[in-house]
Amino acid sequence: MPRLTEERAKEYWRRNISLVVKLLLIWFAVSFGCGILLVDVLNEFHLGGFKLGFWFAQQGSIYVFVALIFYYARKMAALDHEFGVDDE
Amino acid sequence: MDLRTLTYLVVGASFALYIGIAFWTRAASTRDFYVAGGGVHPVLNGMATAADWMSAASFISMAGMIAFMGYGGSVFLMGWTGGFVILAMLVAPYLRKYGKYTVPEFIGDRYYSTSARAVAVVCLVICSVTYVIGQMKGVGVAFSRFLEVEYDTGLYIGMVIVFFYAVLGGMKSITYTQIAQYCVLIMAYTIPAIFISLQLSGIAAPQMGLGGTLVNTDVYLLDRLDQVVTELGFREYTTDVRLSGLNMFAFTLSLMIGTAGLPHVIIRFFTVPNVRDARSSAGWALVFIAILYTTAPAVAGMARLNLIDTMRPAPGQYLAIDERPQWFRNWEKTGLLGFEDKNGDGRITYVADAAENELTTVDQDIMVLANPEIARLPNWVIALVAAGGLAAALSTAAGLLLAIASAISHDMLKGMIFPGISEKQELLASRISMALAIAGAGYLGLNPPGFAAGTVALAFGLAASSIFPALMMGIFSLRVTREGAIAGMVSGIGITLFYVFQHKGIMFIPGTAFLGDIPENWFFGIEPNAFGAVGALVNFAVAFAVSRVTVAPPLAVRQLVENIRTPDHAPRAHDLELVIHEESR
Repeated sequence: MPRLTEERAKEYWRRNISLVVKLLLIWFAVSFGCGILLVDVLNEFHLGGFKLGFWFAQQGSIYVFVALIFYYARKMAALDHEFGVDDE
Repeated sequence: MDLRTLTYLVVGASFALYIGIAFWTRAASTRDFYVAGGGVHPVLNGMATAADWMSAASFISMAGMIAFMGYGGSVFLMGWTGGFVILAMLVAPYLRKYGKYTVPEFIGDRYYSTSARAVAVVCLVICSVTYVIGQMKGVGVAFSRFLEVEYDTGLYIGMVIVFFYAVLGGMKSITYTQIAQYCVLIMAYTIPAIFISLQLSGIAAPQMGLGGTLVNTDVYLLDRLDQVVTELGFREYTTDVRLSGLNMFAFTLSLMIGTAGLPHVIIRFFTVPNVRDARSSAGWALVFIAILYTTAPAVAGMARLNLIDTMRPAPGQYLAIDERPQWFRNWEKTGLLGFEDKNGDGRITYVADAAENELTTVDQDIMVLANPEIARLPNWVIALVAAGGLAAALSTAAGLLLAIASAISHDMLKGMIFPGISEKQELLASRISMALAIAGAGYLGLNPPGFAAGTVALAFGLAASSIFPALMMGIFSLRVTREGAIAGMVSGIGITLFYVFQHKGIMFIPGTAFLGDIPENWFFGIEPNAFGAVGALVNFAVAFAVSRVTVAPPLAVRQLVENIRTPDHAPRAHDLELVIHEESR
C-alpha cells in the first residue's frame, strides 16, 4: 500500500487532532467542570437520591469517559479507512 | 468448614491457577518476554490492563478513603479513570505504532539521545519502585490478616509466586495470569457490594442502590447518610470538599496525567496487534475498571452508614462495650479498630470531636475488608475477598516489576552498556534483573522506608511530572529538542520531589522536613500528593524554553514523529523478530 502524500498526512493529522480536542473538551467538562468547578450549582438538582454534582463526580464522569474512548476508537477506525491507512 | 480452612482453600486454588497459567504460557523469546508476542486480543488486553492497573490501593483502600472523605474522595474516582481517556487519545496509539519495547526506548529515539533515555530510566525506576513497595506491603498485610501468618512470611510467599510467573513467563505469562486475577478480584469486590446494596436499598446494582431509598422507607440513602454524619459533628458527606476546589482540581489532574505516564500501564498497549486495537483496548480496560470504580463509591457510602448505625443504634445512644458484635472483636485483634472509654459510661461514644470521640482507631481498609462480616455474609465470601485483595496486589506488582526489569535489561544493558549481546543473553539478563527487582521490592517491603504510607499517590505525581510531559512533547511537537526534554524531565520530577520532601521530610525521614506539613505552608493550598500537576507544568515550560534556544532536532526525528502519527505499517511480531535476529548476528 502506498504511503500518504505529505498533504494527505497533514490532513489526516489535522482531523485526528480536531476530533481529540472536541472529545477532550467533553472530558474536561464532565469531570473538572461538572464534578469540581460547578459542583455547588449542580447540587441544586437531583438525580434520584443523588445530588447532581456529586453524581457526576462519583458516577457520571466515569460513564462518559468510557463512551468517549469507544466513540474515539470508532471514529478513528473510519478515518483510517477513509485515508487508506487502516492496518489490517 | 471454618473460615480459616476455607480461606486457605480459596487462596490456594487461585494461586495454583496463576502458576498453572504461567507454565502454559512461558516466554520463549525477548518479544514474548517484553510484549507477549504482540498478539493479545484487545478485550483480553483490556482485562489484563485493568488488573495491572487496579492495585491493592484500589481494591482495599480506596472505598475506605472515600467513606471517610465523602465527596472529597471523588478525586480518586475521576483521577484514576479519566487518565485512560488521555491514554487512549494521546499516548497508546502512537506508542503502539512506534512498536518497540519500552517507554525509555521511545524517549531515547525521539530525543536522539542516550542521556534522555537514561534520564527516563531513572524517572521510571523512581516511580515504579515507589509504587511497588505499596503492593508488596499489601501482599504482606492481606496474608497476615486473612491467613493468620506473620507479615514477613506472607511477603515471602508473595515474592515466590511473583517470581514464578514473572521470571519464567515475562509479559506473556503476566498477561494471562492478570486476566485470571481480574476475574478473581472483580467477583470478590462486587459480590459483597451487591449483598450490602440489597440489604440497605433493596436494589441489586450498588451503583443504583446508592441513589435509592432505604428499604421500607421513602428516605434516600444519601440523605440519611448526610443527616447522621452531621448529627455526629462530621461535615456533610455529599459536599465535603477536600481542602479546596483548587486542590481537588490539581489532585485529580495529577492522578489523570500520572495514569497516562506510568510505564507499566503504557507497555500493556504494546501487546496488541495494531494501532486500532490499542485504541479500543484502552476503552475495554476502562470498562473493566469502571465496574469496580462505580461500585466503590456505593461500598463507601453504605459501609459508612453501616458503621454509624452499629456505633449509634439510636440517636444519642452509643454502642455498649459489652454488646459489640463479633466482627468488631475480630478486627480489634488486628489493631485496625480500637476504642477507649474516656468518660467511663460503658459505651463507645462516636463523634467528630477528637476530645470526646472514643472510637480511637478506625483504619480505612476495614471498610472493604470487614464489609462481608458486617453484612453477615457467608464465609466463602470472606475467603473470596482475601483472594481478591491478593490478586489485586500481585497483578500490579508483576506489571511494575516487568517495567523495572525491562528498563534495566533492555534500556540500560542492551541499549547503553552492551549493545552487542544476543537475544538469548538479553532474555537471560531480563530474567536476572526481574529476579533482582523482586528481591529488592521484597527487601523494601520488609523494611519499609518511612515513606511506605501514601506512596501510591506519590508515584502518580512523579510520573505526571516527568514521563508524561516528555511523551506528549515527543508525539505532538516537532520542535522540542534533546536538551529541552532532558531539562524538562529533570526539573519536573526535581521540583515535585523537592515539594514533597520539604513538607514530608527528606526521603520521608521524620524530622527532616524544613516546612511543616500544614495547609498554611502549601503552595496555593495544594497538598504534596497533588503537586504532580504543577511539576508537569514546570516540565513543559522548561522544555519549551530550552528548546527555543537549542538547535532543532535532526531530520530523522521529524520522520520518526511523522511516522508514528499514522497507523499504517505498524511493526508486527514477525518483522520485529527479523530485526532482532539481524541485530544479534
